[in-house]
Amino acid sequence: MGSLLDAAIDAPEIREYDVEAVNRKETRPPLYVPRKKIHPRRTHGFFRTFKWWVMAVTLGIYYVTPWLRWDRGPGAPDQAVLVDIPGRRFYFFFIEIWPQEFYYIAGLLIMAGLGLFLITSVVGRAWCGYTCPQTVWTDLFIWVERMVEGDRSARIRLDKEPMSASKLSKRITKYVIWLIIAMGTGGAWVFYFADAPTLLTDLVTGQAATVAYATVGVLTFTTFTLGGFMREQVCTYMCPWPRIQAAMMDEESLTVTYRTDRGEPRRPFEKNADWDTRGDCIDCKACVVVCPMGIDIRDGQQLECITCALCIDACDDVMGKIGRPRGLIDYDSIANDERRREGKETKLRLFRPRTLFYFALWALIGLGMVYVLLTRSDLDINVIHDRNPLYTTLSDGSIRNGYTFKILNKAREQRTLTLHASGLHGAKLKVVGSEDMGDSPDPYFTVKPDRLQSFRLLVTVPPGTLKSDAADLRFVLKEINTGQTASYNSLFRGPQ
Amino acid sequence: MSDHRHVDEFTGIETTGHEWNGIRELDNPLPRWWQWVFWACVVWSIGYWVVYPAWPLVSSHTKGMIGYSSRAEVAQEIKTATAGMAGQLERIRKAPLEQIRTDAGLREFALAGGRSAFAVNCSQCHGSGAQGFKGFPNLNDDEWIWGGTIDAIFRTITHGIRNTEDEQAHQSEMPAFGRDGILTKAQVSDVAEFVLSLSGQAADSAAAARGKPLFTDNCAACHGDNGQGSAEFGAPALNNDIWLYGGDKATIVETITNSRRGVMPAWGRHLDEATVKQLAIYVHSLGGGK
Repeated sequence: MGSLLDAAIDAPEIREYDVEAVNRKETRPPLYVPRKKIHPRRTHGFFRTFKWWVMAVTLGIYYVTPWLRWDRGPGAPDQAVLVDIPGRRFYFFFIEIWPQEFYYIAGLLIMAGLGLFLITSVVGRAWCGYTCPQTVWTDLFIWVERMVEGDRSARIRLDKEPMSASKLSKRITKYVIWLIIAMGTGGAWVFYFADAPTLLTDLVTGQAATVAYATVGVLTFTTFTLGGFMREQVCTYMCPWPRIQAAMMDEESLTVTYRTDRGEPRRPFEKNADWDTRGDCIDCKACVVVCPMGIDIRDGQQLECITCALCIDACDDVMGKIGRPRGLIDYDSIANDERRREGKETKLRLFRPRTLFYFALWALIGLGMVYVLLTRSDLDINVIHDRNPLYTTLSDGSIRNGYTFKILNKAREQRTLTLHASGLHGAKLKVVGSEDMGDSPDPYFTVKPDRLQSFRLLVTVPPGTLKSDAADLRFVLKEINTGQTASYNSLFRGPQ
Repeated sequence: MSDHRHVDEFTGIETTGHEWNGIRELDNPLPRWWQWVFWACVVWSIGYWVVYPAWPLVSSHTKGMIGYSSRAEVAQEIKTATAGMAGQLERIRKAPLEQIRTDAGLREFALAGGRSAFAVNCSQCHGSGAQGFKGFPNLNDDEWIWGGTIDAIFRTITHGIRNTEDEQAHQSEMPAFGRDGILTKAQVSDVAEFVLSLSGQAADSAAAARGKPLFTDNCAACHGDNGQGSAEFGAPALNNDIWLYGGDKATIVETITNSRRGVMPAWGRHLDEATVKQLAIYVHSLGGGK
């Protein structure tokens, strides 16, 4: 074991990199400066592997989802996830959302936001480092770049070279692959809004709607430029999230941290060094050279750091080679840094008021959504009282109010319903326009399947019924066959 | 404002020379991208002048290169919409009113068309909710001076009331009993008391008793013995709670003295038949239709 370690220490791979962090603490400009291109070097290790997996899973979900099928019976689309804008429906597997139920989407967005707060308070900018589309596609683009043009040193050399046939062919190859990926991004997006197989055929044969091509075009353009050329500039200058997220983090949140107490004073690697008199950091700059944001993590916490943890992989690799313990750069909290300085034991505090609060809120909304989803009805009524006129006095002195009521029939069959008004004695109901049923107290009528239908209703009460200018009135809609009901509380207005 | 050049000591950039409460503004150049956008807009606008109608001339304006105008675009859209509705309108024109009312599809179309035609042509007098005003009947209630069946409503809209443009317009001439000297002031007052009692309002019973024979002689021919009214003569019912001009004593006296002669245009002369039919369906659906 000892000899192996020695061999590793002697290994020639331990090298110092000639690199300077683009966003170095000492030289950081106050405002925007023209971009200096970053050529991140390839890394290996736990976090790099984890990032590959996250990329595979997220991109996999993104590209595959529109192609999943879900049988909803005849007359309904069989795409598992579909935003049907012309039909005004949102389909998500067994859930079907109508425009009136958009609060489900709002709830999901709130949950996503709170989930982000929770994750950020626990492990810092995990979103930025692993799952943000900008990160994922940039990572993919850098991978392509590396495949075509080689690793860091080869790319730097190529950039400096004058234009030649081989340089041109490499550039063109890279751009073409980027363009294909970028088009795939926009291409996958539109499939969420129409039947995917049909739309694919239409797109290829030039039959698809202009908006589909425009969407693909815009997303292709943004993916190509943001992922290919702007990269870290997007996170540093365009994205608001790095500015906001600090509010979710506290001293116990885990972030990628350089252990100053262990690393300093840093000095170049020397064989058989006395590690008691110097720090573990050999200033090889491996952490800088792999950073896609072009920062030096040893400068401490920075706005640019997306906590992708590639510097951890790079540093752990070096620590292994020089025979020092891993974790000189690691996920750690500010509080632990403090504890170490005070000679206390470090600890991981996941359950804090902040994280518990975020989790409780998130879970509360989640449970609420599940409850509403499980108890929701496929029959709904909405009543709007006429405002003009508020009421009409009839020749015999009775008072009549007009209402517009809408029935939401989410079932895929026609229904026959009756409407009953309770709360006002002697109220007579008449549905205008539907078959004349006289002034029967409870009119009945039919609604078409899968439709929102509007009706006009007249409610008349005999003279002397109203005790004030307004009375409560409750409409109860009842399906004749199943007895299912839906109700709405409204008002009946009369003269002062 | 100062003539001295002032250079900011921290940035080394010249300031604009203004100073407000010790605050100076750096004279930084405009952002390059902003200037690009500005000049691009200038170039764009020149192209726009040429391609689109833009310049007013003495009696006209430049027509642009592609012959576009927003007015023509609207006209085209209206034409398309009209063409899209032509089939339904033709069906409405041909179908009897009762059939339109009972056919769900036609009715829905007619109600929508009637609602918008009402808003454009009728709401000025009858109110946007057809609630009416003094002298302009409420179309939601169940009193119809000229009849409340769908056909009667259609006829009223087509020919109007007491207008001079249509010979078939409804005509009813209530005499101005007071002004023309048919009844004395005291008699008018007595008749008004009787009318109050007809409608169930508080009335001086002695005066009402004096008014009764006067009513029978002068008013019952049109308004009926019990003031029940007659759609045939356009005579409103006087024995209910609905008053077109108001039901208090003073207003009734005023009505008997000077008569009331509301006028409605003959819409058949201004609107096409299908529109009038849609209006009739809509007005009938407001709730008072018989």
